[in-house]
Amino acid sequence: MALNRRDFFRILGIGVISSVGVAGLGRISSRAEIEVVEHKASPQALIGKRWGMVIDMKKCLEAGEECINNCKAIKACHITHNVPSIPDKKKEIKWIWMDNFIHTFPELEDIRLKEHLKKFPFLLLCNHCDNPPCVRVCPTKATYKRKDGIVMMDFHRCIGCRFCMAGCPYGARSFNWIDPRPYLTSINPEFPSRKAGVVEKCLFCYQRLDEGKLPACVEACPSKALIFGDLGDPNSEIMQILKERFALRRKAELGTQPSVYYLI
Amino acid sequence: MYNADKVIVGILVLIIFFTTPFWLNYKRVEALPKPERAEKGEKCIEDTAYMRAYHMKLLDEWRNEKVRESKIYYQSSDGRIYLKSLQRTCMECHRSMANFCGRCHAMFAVKPDCWKCHIAPEEVKKWR
Repeated sequence: MALNRRDFFRILGIGVISSVGVAGLGRISSRAEIEVVEHKASPQALIGKRWGMVIDMKKCLEAGEECINNCKAIKACHITHNVPSIPDKKKEIKWIWMDNFIHTFPELEDIRLKEHLKKFPFLLLCNHCDNPPCVRVCPTKATYKRKDGIVMMDFHRCIGCRFCMAGCPYGARSFNWIDPRPYLTSINPEFPSRKAGVVEKCLFCYQRLDEGKLPACVEACPSKALIFGDLGDPNSEIMQILKERFALRRKAELGTQPSVYYLI
Repeated sequence: MYNADKVIVGILVLIIFFTTPFWLNYKRVEALPKPERAEKGEKCIEDTAYMRAYHMKLLDEWRNEKVRESKIYYQSSDGRIYLKSLQRTCMECHRSMANFCGRCHAMFAVKPDCWKCHIAPEEVKKWR
């Protein structure tokens, strides 16, 4: 069969154009695609330059032992975020918890100071540092800093390497060694739980802030010992308190710039 | 061709043998998965054909935008606005993970790990 070079390319060209065209038409008719509308952030969201918290341990102490032992803020947090209560200390999950002065401020240990401060309980949580070491070491960007200063965790991306736990100087992160579901005492259907192999911590209730609500612990504390606000706004309530009263930050000498302040 | 009769019969037998699954399931459409219809709500956020083909992409976008960018609302192509939430929006109408998500996923042997963390409506019932 005689087919010259020119005819060969002509036939080839027609073939390619017609097959691409047919495939294209088929795509248009069969694929149920839609236009995506870019939707803005929630209008009622609380917006801050740098969220922070002041915890007035004096109010907490004054509220009495019973209030401290059955801390409503801790309970509210654990119920809201489906935090399990695992009895084994090596496997426990902590978002917000109580500890004593020496464990909270080991660098301030002094015989006289200790006597004075021994009676204070301290409510501990993630410090949402301005310079968070956990974020620097996360290989998947599962943990990252939001524009408003919250050190976020995207559980979808966490691979459970625990570098962040090694990086955090405050022990604010916990690893799920086991499936946490069987250890839940109640379940909040509006928030996920976690699975084994994921690191978790306090997220400053980012989901509540996005919906215009204050963090669950702040809302639940009956003696208003937890005050949440914007450290970037000089007129905010917490900035006014910090101007007037002496406040401590945990391990400030490490330069992580914690956003949680303690009043004593 | 030598032994043409035997060879042709042999080829036919082989063709019939290898296509038995097609003959046995001929016109049996009940093998197709039928996800349960939504218990409430008249209309899904997008039309069925779109959701069937792209729900996984939509959910993937939702999780990134909601968690990482604080864009918590979704505007559907006909202008309605929804909260981006698997537990609070999707499962509000589709009240069963096993009968809605599970039926197709089991058929196609896909095992997304959504429900290892997200709480299925069935799981919520267990706690009440």
